[in-house]
Amino acid sequence: MQVPAPFEYERATSVEHAIALRTQLGEEARFIAGGHSLLPMMKLRLANPEYLIDINDLDELFYITRADDEIRIGAMTRHRELLDSDLLAEHFPIFRDAEKVIADPVVRNRGTLGGSLCQADPSEDLSAVCTTLDASCVIKSTDGERIVSMQDFHVGPYETAVGDTEMLTEIRIPLKAGGGSAYEKVERRAGDWAVVSSGVAVWMSNGTIDDGRVGLAAVGPNTTSIGPVAEALRGAAPSEEFYEQVGEIAAANCSPQTDQRGTAAYKTHLAKELTRRSLRRAVARAQGQEA
Amino acid sequence: MTTTEPAPDTTEEERPIGFGRLLRKEDPRLIRGMGNFVDDISLDGMLHLAILRSPVAHARIVSIDTSAAEAHPKVVAVITGEDLAAQGLAWMPTLSNDTQAVLATDKVRFQHQEVAFVVAEDRYSARDALELIDVEYDWLDPVVDVRTALDADVPVIRDDLDGKTDNHIFDWETGDEAATNAVFDSADVVVSEEIIYPRVHPAPMETCGCVADVERVSGQLTLWCTSQAPHAHRTVYALVAGLPEHKIRVIAPDIGGGFGNKVPIYPGYVCAIVASLVIGKPVKWMEDRTENLVSTGFARDYVMNADIAATKEGKILAVRTNVLADHGAFNGVAAPTKYPAGFFGVFTGSYDLEAAYAKMTAVYTNKAPGGVAYACSFRITEAVYLVERIVDCLAHELDMDPAELRLKNFIKPDQFPYETKTGWVYDSGDYEPAMRKAMEMAGYDELRREQAEKRERGELMGIGVSFFTEAVGAGPRKDMDILGLGMADGCELRIHPTGKAVVRLSVKTQGQGHETTFAQIVAEEIGIPPEDIEVVHGDTDNTPFGLGTYGSRSTPVSGAAAALVTRKVRDKAQIIASGMLEVSVADLQWDKGAFSVKGDPTKSVTIQDIAMRAHGAGDLPDGLEGGLEAQICYNPENLTYPFGAYICVVDIDPDTAVVKVRRFIAVDDCGTQINPMIIEGQVHGGLADGVGMAMMEMIAFDEDGNCLGGSLMDYLIPTALETPDWETGHTVTPSPHHPIGAKGIGESATVGSPPAVVNAIVDALKPYGIRHADMPLTPSRVWEAMQGNHTPPI
Amino acid sequence: MQVTMTINGQEVSEEIEPRLLLVHFIRDQLGLTGTHWGCDTSNCGTCVVLIDGEPVKSCTQLAAMASGHDITTVEGLEVDGELDPVQEGFMQCHGLQCGFCTPGMMLTARALLNADPDPSEEVIREAISGQICRCTGYSTIVRSIQWAADHETDVSVGSAS
Ligand SMILES: Cc1cc2nc3c(=O)[nH]c(=O)nc-3n(C[C@H](O)[C@H](O)[C@H](O)COP(=O)(O)OP(=O)(O)OC[C@H]3O[C@@H](n4cnc5c(N)ncnc54)[C@H](O)[C@@H]3O)c2cc1C
Ligand code: FES
Ligand code: FES
Repeated sequence: MQVPAPFEYERATSVEHAIALRTQLGEEARFIAGGHSLLPMMKLRLANPEYLIDINDLDELFYITRADDEIRIGAMTRHRELLDSDLLAEHFPIFRDAEKVIADPVVRNRGTLGGSLCQADPSEDLSAVCTTLDASCVIKSTDGERIVSMQDFHVGPYETAVGDTEMLTEIRIPLKAGGGSAYEKVERRAGDWAVVSSGVAVWMSNGTIDDGRVGLAAVGPNTTSIGPVAEALRGAAPSEEFYEQVGEIAAANCSPQTDQRGTAAYKTHLAKELTRRSLRRAVARAQGQEA
Repeated sequence: MTTTEPAPDTTEEERPIGFGRLLRKEDPRLIRGMGNFVDDISLDGMLHLAILRSPVAHARIVSIDTSAAEAHPKVVAVITGEDLAAQGLAWMPTLSNDTQAVLATDKVRFQHQEVAFVVAEDRYSARDALELIDVEYDWLDPVVDVRTALDADVPVIRDDLDGKTDNHIFDWETGDEAATNAVFDSADVVVSEEIIYPRVHPAPMETCGCVADVERVSGQLTLWCTSQAPHAHRTVYALVAGLPEHKIRVIAPDIGGGFGNKVPIYPGYVCAIVASLVIGKPVKWMEDRTENLVSTGFARDYVMNADIAATKEGKILAVRTNVLADHGAFNGVAAPTKYPAGFFGVFTGSYDLEAAYAKMTAVYTNKAPGGVAYACSFRITEAVYLVERIVDCLAHELDMDPAELRLKNFIKPDQFPYETKTGWVYDSGDYEPAMRKAMEMAGYDELRREQAEKRERGELMGIGVSFFTEAVGAGPRKDMDILGLGMADGCELRIHPTGKAVVRLSVKTQGQGHETTFAQIVAEEIGIPPEDIEVVHGDTDNTPFGLGTYGSRSTPVSGAAAALVTRKVRDKAQIIASGMLEVSVADLQWDKGAFSVKGDPTKSVTIQDIAMRAHGAGDLPDGLEGGLEAQICYNPENLTYPFGAYICVVDIDPDTAVVKVRRFIAVDDCGTQINPMIIEGQVHGGLADGVGMAMMEMIAFDEDGNCLGGSLMDYLIPTALETPDWETGHTVTPSPHHPIGAKGIGESATVGSPPAVVNAIVDALKPYGIRHADMPLTPSRVWEAMQGNHTPPI
Repeated sequence: MQVTMTINGQEVSEEIEPRLLLVHFIRDQLGLTGTHWGCDTSNCGTCVVLIDGEPVKSCTQLAAMASGHDITTVEGLEVDGELDPVQEGFMQCHGLQCGFCTPGMMLTARALLNADPDPSEEVIREAISGQICRCTGYSTIVRSIQWAADHETDVSVGSAS
């Protein structure tokens, strides 16, 4: 079997402790959250950190709460909790849609929201979900905390705004009236990474879309939020033709590669089809038509 | 621990003395985590071996620097091909009498080929040390595309073979070419299609591995190994390494699935043996999953051009095929010498044909060797897929219902034994009832009505039919061998004085439940309860010689041996009983478990009484030796030919092309049933394999020969969510030549299900005018087919 | 480094290398070989154990991370000679063939039944979908878990207390 190269292990006892360790140990150190992205990479020796800082004891990072006009989620919240949360399902059904099809139930018991966003795998689902919902990220360091929008957080494949001495601690999602959201994914088999997935969130009033976003996964870099789609959504009246058009805009803005999961043409087609479906459901939900 | 402690819900009829549903004897240890798999073995002083593999598909080795690895504090030895060559051990024979490098000396011929190995004190250190070995390669162009492997300008892969100037391995043909062509020339309808069976992998959940322990003074080698054929392995080691055979003991402990993957001998086993020999300590080698998928016995990889000829009324006249077979860098196929293409000759299927002809060309490519594994019954999987797919193409062309077309062309019951146009003699069969039963279970007509309605609405629903005839139980030893060893099986039965028994088999379970089934065979024949019968297997020191478990041969061959050896013991018991009851042998009748005097049932002796007498001090009939035991070696007179009718129902999302297998109905006929529970389990597993191969499994390569299927993230195996709740049924047509009428069942479903699934998907796509699409039918490949893009997978 | 954890109700304290994977700690260091290993990419689930009552792929956790936690392996399912209904169900319904995936499947089943005593077939299939069985085709595993659900006793191994 494949095994990681040697490293030193430290268990952080608080966020401050974790950040202090990270600052002290420098760029050779990594946090380990669920470990379900990092350990497979270490076994393949694609990642060879010299220190691992275990942040699983940081109880202060496991939560999903409502605070005035936003939902706050601790970075260590596991997939399983995101799936089970009724609070999230009520306001952002896209989470439950997505979590049902992220990895498998056993992986979901360990993998975390923070780990997913920090891994920034181009096929990873939660970056698209969070970007679509206009979330922002709380990043802490010894200098204090800064808040970065998801758009700025997600720099590119495997790259985020989190610096070597920083830690992602929280994700904040604004609560706005008239919202609806949905997620659609096609996978070759349960537990597989997406062939393509598409998330949509809209905010509506009087039958019109005031604001909306679309984020795709597995169709190339920088698709967690597609600008032209957001523009098209603004002020639009939903209709089947319109869903089709939005799907086409989404497809036009991605650059998938042919691989074992599918041909570029198929993925482009899925980008369109899944966006259309997500949008249709998101609108229905915004109008209270679907649980 | 006895296995048949009545569990709360077990009824009496579920504890048969003989055939019937019986809980498995192997389960009590396995459900407690007390199995003993190779990687569970830990010996004092045991070292760990890890193999360095080639990163490229084709390259000359310029140099290997092992010094840094040797300097690692926990490393005991680093061995390269050159070191092995010095001992004459750098090459070994394959199961088809080709040669294969144990460690590469001259060049590497496939990506992940074995180049060197490290032996270290623990497995983590052995892995670390691999990173410290520096190999310089001089890259060569790889031969990846099987279709161009014989072109004049491609590199010669096997330049190690004297005088080799191309990548050709063998040509093989069967049937009458001229007669077949004549039928084709005058047929009303001819349909042709290129049908591809991509490279797939058995991927048992336990990878391959071994622990080798050479005792320094006596030279005794004990090898615990994931082997489906321990006796054959031992003999090969004796022949290759020159080790005396009586000093080799191969033990196959619990095995975590085989499916053919654990038939061949892999370089890793040889490396572990050499390491233990050289170092004088036990050495363990366990593959990681990548090694398993990229270097050990793959399956299939056939490009088949198929033609079928028929009358316009749908009478099938002939089938013809031309096959290009990719065998990888070494010809590692486990095929009998006379049958380099295995039993592919049964591509004539279950139909009464006028003529048939197949031609095959096998070539080397820069890919992993192997070629016969994965529940294939020696290439029957490919043969059945070919005929069941091309029959569906014909149905498409004739616009006939595929079930009707099959029913019209079946070999009739009175034609058995039936000799096919390629010379195979089907022992028994009654195909129509099996087909009708499957159709009834499925509600076939209702499904077709539903499909018609759905098509009106633009919904895609498909109903796939396949009907297969398998040829299993290799084989008559005059025709069938592995490396010259005849495919017969020994069996030994000993009844202890108190009437308990031990039966020793040459075959080996990898999950099929031999410890239960074989106890039942003996129980059926001699009336001793199965819980009183110990089944010993998987240990060459403690079992008679035989060729092992693969190709569904355990029940047809070893099962027959078990029945016959028991009858031999029973015959002796009858003589002893005649003495005990003071009547002649002819006056005794057998009621499972006891002999009684005909006409006076009160006068009887049980088998337990007889066993005690056989070992006791009392008199035995004149000339009879004491004891109650026997041994035989069973040489089957023919193969057995199980068959089955499968129906698969799928729904396809027309917009995403995602396929959902809604239902799967399987009616199997494996002759006499020993344990229906186990039979059902064998069928279920094979059906899941079929869904996997049809829809997701494939070992793919890029144009440089890099393997793209090297992990379970890339090589997909179905989960509980892709597989339906299987609906199974059976008919019983005993084999006339098998002592209990049983046929094999281990591979039926793996053979029969892929065409049913593919036929269902293609049927669903009929509104798109599609007649054929190649596996694996992933959503992308289905969608591309719907767009009219036919892209072969290889 | 030193790790201390509870395994099947017993506290163990061992010196380990930080990089030791939990699956190897359990198998090689503690000799509890009922937990299996089958892949390098966290896909197969033959290594599943319960950590604080939840199924986890032990090949994708460090032993170091498990320190301070409560682990249940297949060896812990049988309590005082009483088989867990899940174990009994697997025997009764032919839920295993080679038995390699079985320990992981049974532990996931146990955790499922602790949370949902009467799961539907769909729920069962979903629960075991991160684990591969190459032998059974899953139907009999589903039946085994249903059997266990119908025969639950007050045994409730591994439920987080
Ligand atoms: C079999 C399998 C299938 C999967 N399928 C999917 C899928 O379909 N879709 C999907 O989206 N994901 C999938 N995943 C990934 C899964 O969701 C992972 O759990 C997730 O990507 C990473 O979460 P983690 O907590 O395990 O992160 P870890 O592996 O612990 O960490 C990942 C990276 O993030 C860093 N990190 C973690 N937390 C922080 C923090 N708070 N601050 C700063 N840096 C941090 C780590 O240092 C590391 O570099 C799959 C994983 C597996 C094993
Ligand atoms: S060993 Fe395969 S998931 Fe853990
Ligand atoms: S029983 Fe063999 S893998 Fe499941």
